[in-house]
Amino acid sequence: MNRVGIIGHGITPFSKDDQKIETVLLNSAKKLFKSNPEINRKDVDAVLVSTNNNSKYLSPVLSEMAGIQPNTSHTIESLCNSGTNSIVSAYSYIASGLADMVLVSGAERYDSPGQILEWDNSRGEYKHPIFWASIFAKSYKRKYGISDEQLAVVSVKNHKQAKKNPNALSNKTYSIEDVLNSKKLTDDLRLLDCSRPCTGSASIILGSEEKVNKLSEDPVWITGIGQKTISAGFVKNISFSSMESTKLAGQAALKMADKSIENIDVAEVHDAFSVCEPMALESLGFSKDGQGMHMLKELHETNNFKINPRGGLIGTGHPLGATGIAQTIEITQQLQSNAGNRQTKNPQAGLVHNMSAAATSSTVLILEK
Amino acid sequence: MSFESRLSKGEFCIPECGKCKKIVWPPSEVCSHCFGNVHLKESDFEGKIIEFSRQNDQYFCMVEFENTVRIMAKISVTPEIGKSVKILKCGINNGNYFFQVI
Repeated sequence: MNRVGIIGHGITPFSKDDQKIETVLLNSAKKLFKSNPEINRKDVDAVLVSTNNNSKYLSPVLSEMAGIQPNTSHTIESLCNSGTNSIVSAYSYIASGLADMVLVSGAERYDSPGQILEWDNSRGEYKHPIFWASIFAKSYKRKYGISDEQLAVVSVKNHKQAKKNPNALSNKTYSIEDVLNSKKLTDDLRLLDCSRPCTGSASIILGSEEKVNKLSEDPVWITGIGQKTISAGFVKNISFSSMESTKLAGQAALKMADKSIENIDVAEVHDAFSVCEPMALESLGFSKDGQGMHMLKELHETNNFKINPRGGLIGTGHPLGATGIAQTIEITQQLQSNAGNRQTKNPQAGLVHNMSAAATSSTVLILEK
Repeated sequence: MSFESRLSKGEFCIPECGKCKKIVWPPSEVCSHCFGNVHLKESDFEGKIIEFSRQNDQYFCMVEFENTVRIMAKISVTPEIGKSVKILKCGINNGNYFFQVI
């Protein structure tokens, strides 16, 4: 397999703006090409669009608007982890030799149809994600004796970190009391425990080793990929206090990269809701089962941005199709020591965890300098 | 008659493969294990509450039947993990399934 790396990236602020999806999509691609003028658009072999939007033919539309005539162009949809699924597809095109350079652009509007999986009728009338998140939270709290107050640290930490991210939806910090006193959605979930749908776009361009060495001064390589789909339906989850698909995807990604979790210096994990962050850390092996909140509390108290430096989904917002790409851009910037005032200390290897529909499906990427 | 047709009449059945006898959930006309044809088992099924929460004053819970079929359902009393329940009401409303247990 050919080696695959990251050549450049572009991202928009995440907002509640009412813009056409085509405009949103183009905005991050435009930023990418403007900040990487050495990339010749004629050399882009494939354009992949990551979105849950119902508009059709978005990849050829983006290609035309960006002045690209790629060999391959199509959309990839997999709910909340569409972004990393698209990156894996781009990786595969390059690793196989079918393409040398691939543009991956993800975009979503605040009113994305991807927030609810209509097919999953086992959820009855409880199809909105707040209901699976409430079941996860109740189950996790009961199993490990965790309180709402302890879980609120996730939201406090991620809003604090998002404040240092100029593209984040949130620009406010909150206390534990603020989180606990925010609107109660269910017995086990408050408004500030939730990531919010928003409008935003992120683009990344991947290339073969030759292209990366030619076009990037500070190469970052994708060295590990792991993916696992357990089911589509929420109720098929084996456990409601851990993430089986994440566990398997994480193991596969680390094995491919020949790394152990102790080698990972910085990570973006899919905190769609507060409880998802400790569950993800435990499933990925960053901490023992039930110990995720101890690790997060310590990171928060020591102002260590190792986990979700850009503010996670809770602080940054969650434009579904753009999220996995935005997470990957953050880890790339961290590895390039280019993350401004949210920079972690000299990271050598980073991890991206992106999941869909109550962790029924997960993708994990390992990135290295 | 399909699972949905029966559900729309307020009847809760459990889909089972006629060939390999495995329960097929979510409901489908074809078995996900052997692709055999699925038929519907009828009974006054008893399930167990495996998790729950509450929105406003309304409890909702996840109920498991026959160690396989799991649904999210309304319940009017305070739920307890492991408690046995039965379907009180079910149906399809605006294309969405709904279940209530007692």
